[in-house]
Amino acid sequence: MKTQGLFSKSVLGLGFLFLYVPILSMVVYSFNDSRSVTVWNSVTSPTLKWYGRLFGDEQILSAAWLSIRVAAMSASGAVVFGTLAGLVLARFGPFKGRALLQGLTTAPLVMPEVITGLSMLLLFVSLEQLFRAFFGWQFDRGVVTITIAHITFTMAYVTVVVQSRLASFDDSLEEAALDLGARPARVFFRITVPLILPAILSGWLLAFTLSWDDLVVTQFVSGPGSNTLPMVIFSRVRLGVSPVVNALASLMVLVVALGVILSAFLMRRQEQRRKREEQMAAAG
Amino acid sequence: MKLSAARTVASREAPGRLGPLWTFLFRYGPPRWTEYVLKNWSGQRLVIALPYLWLLVFFLVPFLIVLKISFAEFSPLGRPPYEPVFRWLEEGALQIKLLIGSYQYLLNEPLYVSSWMYSIKVAFFSTVFCLMLGYPMAYAISRSTPTYRNVFLMLIILPFWTSFLLRVYAWIGLLKNDGVINNMLMAMGFIDEPLAMMNTSFAVYIGIVYSYLPFMILPLYSNLEKHDNTLLEAASDLGAGPIKAFMRITLPLSMPGVIAGSLLVFIPAVGEYVIPSLLGRADQLMIARLLSDEFFLNRDWPKASAVAIAMLLLLVVPIMLFQHFQNKELEAQKR
Repeated sequence: MKTQGLFSKSVLGLGFLFLYVPILSMVVYSFNDSRSVTVWNSVTSPTLKWYGRLFGDEQILSAAWLSIRVAAMSASGAVVFGTLAGLVLARFGPFKGRALLQGLTTAPLVMPEVITGLSMLLLFVSLEQLFRAFFGWQFDRGVVTITIAHITFTMAYVTVVVQSRLASFDDSLEEAALDLGARPARVFFRITVPLILPAILSGWLLAFTLSWDDLVVTQFVSGPGSNTLPMVIFSRVRLGVSPVVNALASLMVLVVALGVILSAFLMRRQEQRRKREEQMAAAG
Repeated sequence: MKLSAARTVASREAPGRLGPLWTFLFRYGPPRWTEYVLKNWSGQRLVIALPYLWLLVFFLVPFLIVLKISFAEFSPLGRPPYEPVFRWLEEGALQIKLLIGSYQYLLNEPLYVSSWMYSIKVAFFSTVFCLMLGYPMAYAISRSTPTYRNVFLMLIILPFWTSFLLRVYAWIGLLKNDGVINNMLMAMGFIDEPLAMMNTSFAVYIGIVYSYLPFMILPLYSNLEKHDNTLLEAASDLGAGPIKAFMRITLPLSMPGVIAGSLLVFIPAVGEYVIPSLLGRADQLMIARLLSDEFFLNRDWPKASAVAIAMLLLLVVPIMLFQHFQNKELEAQKR
């Protein structure tokens, strides 16, 4: 069994090296005082110069603000529709068209983004024509269309998370409440939602991240003047490496790492409290 | 009451070309639907209808529009740049004009054929590389002690939460001619001239394997974790070596995980746009890039739509397979 331990260690070591070296190199070179980014200037480095530039960069800051707004709105929308879809699929039993709904919710998980983007844009163009012809109302592509597109492809993830959470426990509590005369809506908000709250929260965060990160679909459905952060990054990165982008990436890694550490800490504390309560209950 | 009144009014011949349409809409359209909904629907139906309608309008209908436009005629100066497929003629007849020119072009143009082949090749080998790297990792994680297991899993998922675009960008800094890897190799004296790694197929493989590795590891892990250790013990008691036991027991049992992970990598990799645009060759484009260039640069919407439909046809079998396994997984959880 010794050889297996060695094998495991080396495989995991190499794998994690592969996963983390690029991220770490990006962070390290964000402190490099040299325009060519990857040549380390040992005289004046480390420096915070690029972080200063980042916070003076109007284009990046306004794009980031737009991205945050879009991501928050689409994550909230995706949670509403995704939770409903997950509930329907996990609890409502067989009904006409269930297979189609299941297909429609899992297809966006693997659909190539260019296809989603193109089809969304063509829908919006058709809707534009329709609205102009029938109501004489002209709407522009922008925040609203981006948000609708993001809700559509992120709600699939929420659905999967919620559906598998609902599948992991049976519906006896819900049935008991229904037997005791609670109306379905009340059962949903008082019993189902608290039970699946962790799934809803992680679904929201997942949807937020996916929306915040999306480039391809957004490029198709955005209009003039609505550039999200990935669009700005992409247009800069195509011209070559940029130290300001390195600084931005490092900040994002920092936020994610802090978030993960915080959530691990909170989860551990909750776990400990639960254990203590169990012990006290057992002690009587 | 009001509704039926409206219907009798509408059923009288409305003037003009759209008359029959209005009659049709009133008789079978929205007013009728509302009446039906008010009469028959409970809260449960409404809960089903909300996500259903959203997905129908914003996911299914768009595909029908793409399908329609892929058969339209390209008109470079039009706004939008295609001839309408359906058109009401003066006599009240409906004219339908379907052209298969865009599809013929896809099949005959060497540029398209070669980029189809290239996309499939890249996606296939990236999947194989992901499997070769991901399987041992997933296996090692599933064999480690619970504390480490959670840490490892978190480390696998963590990059997923940081930006995909920026993680691909990070490889530019590593692979460039004056990038980190070349600088290091030259400083250590292994090479005299920088290796050309950027804008090659190699860089595309690296980028795809790097970005999609978690999608391979997670389904594999959730399969391997459930394996019953006693089977392996029995095999070893009966005299099978570890390699034989792995080949005869672990590998066959993990096939659902292998298939799910492979599909999760292969399907999006065929349509990958960002990675080849940033790291890939300029002389050999992948199919998603052709679609986007056809749309944004040439403004040839019918051709772009035909590319999308062809890509869907190519991927429909893998997508159905994925859904099949996804559903089975969810059913299994229920039990």
